[in-house]
Amino acid sequence: MKKFNKVVSTVMASALAMAMLAGCGDGAAQSAGSGSGSFKIGAIGPLTGAAAAYGNAVVNGAQIAVDEINAAGGINGYQIEYKGEDDELNAEKSVNAYNSLKDWGMQVLVGSTTSACSIAVSENTKADNMFQLTPSGSAEDCVKYDNVFRVCFSDPNQGIASAQYISDHNLATKVGIIYDNSDVYSSGIYQKFVEESAGKNYEVVSAEAYTQDNNTDFSVQLQKAKDAGADLVFLPIYYSDAALILTQANTMGYAPTFFGVDGMDGILTVENFDTSLAEGLMLLTPFAADATDDLTVNFVKKYKEKYGETPNQFAADAYDAVFIIKAAMEKANVTPDMSVSDICDAVKGAMVQIEASGLTSAKMTWAASGEPNKEPKAVVIKGGVYVSAE
Amino acid sequence: MNKTTKSNLITYGIVIGAYIIVEILMLTGNLSSHLKGLLVPMTYYAVIAVALNLCVGILGELSIGHCGFMCIGAFSSAFFSRATENAIPTVPRFILAFIIGIAFAALFGFLIGIPVLRLKGDYLAIVTLAFGEIIKNVINALYIGIDGKGFHFTMKSSMDLGMEPDGDIIVNGAMGITGTPHNSSFTVGIIVLLIALFIVQNLVNSRDGRAIMAIRDNYIAAESTGINVTSYKMMAFTISAAIAGAAGVLFSHNITTLTASSQYFGFNASIMILVYVVLGGIGNIRGSVIAACILYLLPELLRGFNTYRMLIYSIVLIVMMIVNWSPKVIEWRKKTFGRINLPWRRAKEVA
Repeated sequence: MKKFNKVVSTVMASALAMAMLAGCGDGAAQSAGSGSGSFKIGAIGPLTGAAAAYGNAVVNGAQIAVDEINAAGGINGYQIEYKGEDDELNAEKSVNAYNSLKDWGMQVLVGSTTSACSIAVSENTKADNMFQLTPSGSAEDCVKYDNVFRVCFSDPNQGIASAQYISDHNLATKVGIIYDNSDVYSSGIYQKFVEESAGKNYEVVSAEAYTQDNNTDFSVQLQKAKDAGADLVFLPIYYSDAALILTQANTMGYAPTFFGVDGMDGILTVENFDTSLAEGLMLLTPFAADATDDLTVNFVKKYKEKYGETPNQFAADAYDAVFIIKAAMEKANVTPDMSVSDICDAVKGAMVQIEASGLTSAKMTWAASGEPNKEPKAVVIKGGVYVSAE
Repeated sequence: MNKTTKSNLITYGIVIGAYIIVEILMLTGNLSSHLKGLLVPMTYYAVIAVALNLCVGILGELSIGHCGFMCIGAFSSAFFSRATENAIPTVPRFILAFIIGIAFAALFGFLIGIPVLRLKGDYLAIVTLAFGEIIKNVINALYIGIDGKGFHFTMKSSMDLGMEPDGDIIVNGAMGITGTPHNSSFTVGIIVLLIALFIVQNLVNSRDGRAIMAIRDNYIAAESTGINVTSYKMMAFTISAAIAGAAGVLFSHNITTLTASSQYFGFNASIMILVYVVLGGIGNIRGSVIAACILYLLPELLRGFNTYRMLIYSIVLIVMMIVNWSPKVIEWRKKTFGRINLPWRRAKEVA
């Protein structure tokens, strides 16, 4: 046994050494990446695991944009090379994914898809001075460095916009909230919504939390909102939980107006969910797949052809992100032979000057802080489809 | 030099040798940034694998919530570093962060041990499992801020902190701690790993270590020779928790976003560490280090296979398990490879 242990450990030690040498091989390829005649854009998102729908949407959405740009002649006449990496919704793996894309020769990053991962990666892009545009990293801290910009609304902005929208349109007098306090996105929106609600023409009468470990029974939270007399329930959560809430509210005969944010997008696609329950549900969303403008129709058609499913807002954000990068790069007139840091400085400067239009908004501008400036869109579900709430 | 000293020195030698090789590669610019980024995680997973091996292999008590101790070490030290980032220079602050992280993890290990280690049976596994989940949920509900008036604390929401406008929320519920200074490096990781190895290997070969292993091998016999079973169990378990806390400190100072979510500190993460220990060999400290490094590296090096890497990783785990532990395979291996004349074996025969 002793001998055998020795043999095994020797084998393992040599395997370790081999693994390291294998890694070194990648290192050699690194320098060859830049300096060739194409831009290299990378994307990071959870392609496997519980949040795979978001990561795949981002990677696929960006792929469609890259294909369109390449077919139309590229950026400043240079083609784009594109690669997506998996981070399994894990900040540690997200940094690993970033490093492996860096070895591949990435010059601009579209990502990471989720907030915590995006914050972790931004620490590294800051150190390397690489331009980062996160399509959907919505937490406040995602854009705390000057080299990071985002396409989506920040969580606080969604909370503020929701509060203003409810107030401006006199939607309610008493508001109940159900949120997920184990989720960064949900608690971020909730916090700002409550802060912004002070002094508005409605009153927050109940605020009940749940976590990802007990997201199957919402009767307690709904009962509290009902007892408090809430005529509007604000749901700053993702659609899969919201579908359950709507079903359970229906069972207990409680029918307030439900109001969601962009995470609610997708509720009509939940399996075995009676979509008639979502009738009258309002949500703030940057993207509706059944909009009738040419850009959306074209994008949805291509996405369906290629990936066999209807794109969600993550795909739309990523699609826009690539076109935003294109616009900024053309404005700054960068070429692929420039260093990553020079590209970042040039694109960073151009970002505050450009005005982009895309799937998620007809007009987007950016402040140097990295926050987008665009109008929130509210839709209401009528007859099983999104209808503009205006 | 006796056999155990030699074996211990080989373990240190492997770690130091790997460190020197990697440093040389780094200095000559031959190491890809992907691999560079993997070095620190490798060290802290190796450290926690050593800690768990002390608990599972040497003490013989199954713990399936060891990531809970890592979580405690990570959050207590990250909180300290964030709160004193501008007040104390980096080196003493990082050392203090280690002391705090280790102390808190050890304290919780001790507290859990008091009731559980008096019992015989699998109770530790059940309690540590619950502990890991409880700690995660408590931290997710924790809000701590600091402003001109001092510390504010609540378990409701960040608005209930009642902070001054200049206040800084350090622990923000599910958002955890962001902006922990990036102090962990490969060198620090290797030093911590060497210290952990030193402590565990010396413990195993000491009088106390023999007592601990006697308890593992035969509880009644150990008790009848006058060994204080509970106190030795407590000692081993607390040291194990403390080392896991050190791994947590490395973890939290390596990544700037620290959230108490399942993928880092949940049940699955703890099982992953247990897999490192089992495949490295229960009770074999050196094996844990090697297994942790290989099994952490493997899915990353398989990135080229995209989503198939999960499949390949699982197959590798199964194959490793069979090759390492199946009696038939061990027999076959002895027959096949036992005849090969390896140079070090020849040397031994000559001696």
